[in-house]
Amino acid sequence: MDAILFLIFAAIAVVCGINMVVQKHPISSALSLVGVMAALAALYLLLGGEFIAAAQLVVYSGAIMVLFIFVIMLLNAGAEPKSVLKPMGKYLGAPLLVVFFGIMSFVVQNMTPSSDNVVFGSFKGAGPREIGTSLFTVYLLPFEVTSVLILIAILGAIVLARKEID
Amino acid sequence: MPPLPLPPSVPISWYLTLSAILFSLGVLGFILRRNIITVFMSIELMLNAVNLTFITFSYMLKRVDGHIFSFFVMVVAAAEAAVGLAIILTVFKNRQTLEIDEVSSLKN
Repeated sequence: MDAILFLIFAAIAVVCGINMVVQKHPISSALSLVGVMAALAALYLLLGGEFIAAAQLVVYSGAIMVLFIFVIMLLNAGAEPKSVLKPMGKYLGAPLLVVFFGIMSFVVQNMTPSSDNVVFGSFKGAGPREIGTSLFTVYLLPFEVTSVLILIAILGAIVLARKEID
Repeated sequence: MPPLPLPPSVPISWYLTLSAILFSLGVLGFILRRNIITVFMSIELMLNAVNLTFITFSYMLKRVDGHIFSFFVMVVAAAEAAVGLAIILTVFKNRQTLEIDEVSSLKN
């Protein structure tokens, strides 16, 4: 059952990811990215991360993607013209990417213990309670720094996007 | 029809391989696409792939720290999206284009 669920959601994620790359219109790419993020939220649930799955749905596929789609609508972005690739990118790009992926999966296969399997429900140490405790004790300083970062981001976005006032 | 020869539970390396696939797709989109918004979305895809790796290692080590890290990655991605989209708005206001090849005043 675990394997079936994993394969379903992994297939959704990969298909939506490929669709995101090949689509010409930015709004199609954005909707495919929403699909990837929703599938990843389901995979987080399989890995025992209830809080992070909910945060993924709310923050990523909710807030961030709405911001993206809002900007696409606002700028009335149309389909992009066909990419003109330089010969090096044309003939070396795809093979190099395949080599990159091959090296990564080789390292992954060799590094992880083959007996260690993901069983749904066997890891209970990452619920909201544990995350909250860890966030407000061990990781308190990074948490506070994050709030300063968000404040700076808000100010920066306002300064960049406001109308010029003479 | 005989049942498919599926393992009862999924090896951890499958999750990491899925993450590698998604990261490679993000790199591909980042290099191939020319619309600045789509390039930005490819960065988000790469961040998501890294998040999946964090959560998987957190499961493997039975610790909560990976979840905290991926939470921070989400926060940074949100801040980055807000500032980046404001920059895109400004670029479009000044140049009336979204093609990254045409925004090249720093070239040469």
